[in-house]
Amino acid sequence: MSHLIGQGLCFKKSGQTILKQIDVHIDQGEVLGLIGPNGAGKSTLLRLLAGVAEPDQGRLTLAGKPVSAFTPKQRAQRIAYLPQLSEIAWPMSVERLVALGRLPHLEHWQQPTTEDMVLIETVMRQTDLIPFRHRAYNTLSGGEQARVQLARALVTEADILLADEPVSALDPAHQLDVMTLLSAYCKTGHAVIIVLHDLALAAHFCTRLQLLHQGATLAEGSVESVLSDQHLETAYAIAINSSDKQMQHPFSLPWRRIERDELT
Amino acid sequence: MISQKQLNLSLGLLLVGAMLISLLTGSQTIPLYQAIEESFTGLNGVYGIILTELRIPRTLVAILAGASLGLSGAVMQSLLRNPLASPGLVGSASGAALGAVATLYFGLASLSSLALPMGGIAGALLATLTAYLLAGRDASPLTLILAGVAVNAFALALVSLLLNLAPSPYAVQEIALWMLGSLANISRNELLILLPGTLAGWLLMWRQGHHLDLLTLGEETATSMGVQLIKLRWRLFLAIALAVGSAISVTGSIGFIGLVIPHLIRPLVGYQPSKLLIPSALGGALLLLMADIGVRLIPLTTEIKVGVITSLLGAPFFLWLILNQRRREA
Repeated sequence: MSHLIGQGLCFKKSGQTILKQIDVHIDQGEVLGLIGPNGAGKSTLLRLLAGVAEPDQGRLTLAGKPVSAFTPKQRAQRIAYLPQLSEIAWPMSVERLVALGRLPHLEHWQQPTTEDMVLIETVMRQTDLIPFRHRAYNTLSGGEQARVQLARALVTEADILLADEPVSALDPAHQLDVMTLLSAYCKTGHAVIIVLHDLALAAHFCTRLQLLHQGATLAEGSVESVLSDQHLETAYAIAINSSDKQMQHPFSLPWRRIERDELT
Repeated sequence: MISQKQLNLSLGLLLVGAMLISLLTGSQTIPLYQAIEESFTGLNGVYGIILTELRIPRTLVAILAGASLGLSGAVMQSLLRNPLASPGLVGSASGAALGAVATLYFGLASLSSLALPMGGIAGALLATLTAYLLAGRDASPLTLILAGVAVNAFALALVSLLLNLAPSPYAVQEIALWMLGSLANISRNELLILLPGTLAGWLLMWRQGHHLDLLTLGEETATSMGVQLIKLRWRLFLAIALAVGSAISVTGSIGFIGLVIPHLIRPLVGYQPSKLLIPSALGGALLLLMADIGVRLIPLTTEIKVGVITSLLGAPFFLWLILNQRRREA
């Protein structure tokens, strides 16, 4: 049984149709990549799944029950959302911001427990944030800020993580780190829906892809079936070079992180 | 950085100290021990009366009103994610002023001692509601702020109109003096009038800290993390209207405490909204009480109103705040 299912999702904004009849589903252990050109409706679809916006039509079920059967807090414990751009209101420290991710599991009067603190520590290590833990968020670079936001979403330990372009501000090494981390997250019984623009990363790390085009699904399924030349030409209006022939410029595809001790 | 407990404890101790000074300060020097003895043994000595009928109510009103202003300022700034938001931003203060002035203008205030504060609280609630409805259901913080600015301007224009139409110079003076904000002439009655709205407001703000923390991450993220934004806004706007409306109705307009105090305290609590609330309440209480003690100590024949003092101190601070922020952003 799929964990999160959206059926026939429609969404309009200011009279304009953003999403028309989209079906989407995700199971435990999957990394579903949402790809498609700008304005295809990827972020909107993620917002509907996160409960931040309400679909005009369609149904959403979580673990076999309509999402409306869950309280906002119960839903927040099960679905974590990492938006593309979000401004932090106050110059809080990295550690405090990451800790906010545990609040959906705490009562109004509770402070994070020792177990919460251990988890926060672990996730900060995985996201390479330990050196910045006491730094104010606004003093970090864009890539560092993106990792803080990711860590905040990961510590919620939600069944499903919805991430909107979490790697677009990162350098290639940290992109690989984050994608590896998300793959590992899925292997521990979680699931990730991730919006990506980098088709190479999508092919490398996603277990399944869904290609959106003009508010509808153009293709959905295995990486090979979705990333066909024909699909990509229709969606993006680009010619694809999938081989190393015709290459006039050096072509570098970041592939794997090298450990520091391997370098020396 | 000092810990949360140390901060609350130091502010609490300072407040207790200021309370004692407040009980001893005034045009009449009173021996505290004798005054306490008189008030407890039921001997109707003049010292006992000064203590129980004047000094204690005045001190407690300063503490409650100051705490409401500091707390409401912290809540408003966190809710709207804006460090320049004041508790009166969405209409509570100007609405309270209009309500109170209207009762003075129409002569209702002389009919019952309850009329003026009730008018003030009603005005605060009405103005807040108007600003909220004007901004619309899914308003962004900026839209809410603009709606608040419009409602404030309109309420203050109506206050001016009432001043303009006031039937006698005496009425003008009464309204003008009320608007300056003062804790003089406070009796036990005012304390009892202040109490219900204040406590109701505080109760509504109780345990909303986590929600305010989550709002730090942005409204969408907070919503995805379980915050029901519309419900939270209703609840906190109502709370602020009750607490600030009650305070202003009893004391008259007292500006800048709600703006300045959360600002001073925020760096001390690591900028976390939930940790800002209690120290802001304590700080607001301390500042208003100290300003009121200061007013009583200034040797002038006409007592300077405490609202004038807080604005005199607050306005330059506000300027410094804006300049400082602009410099940081540059």
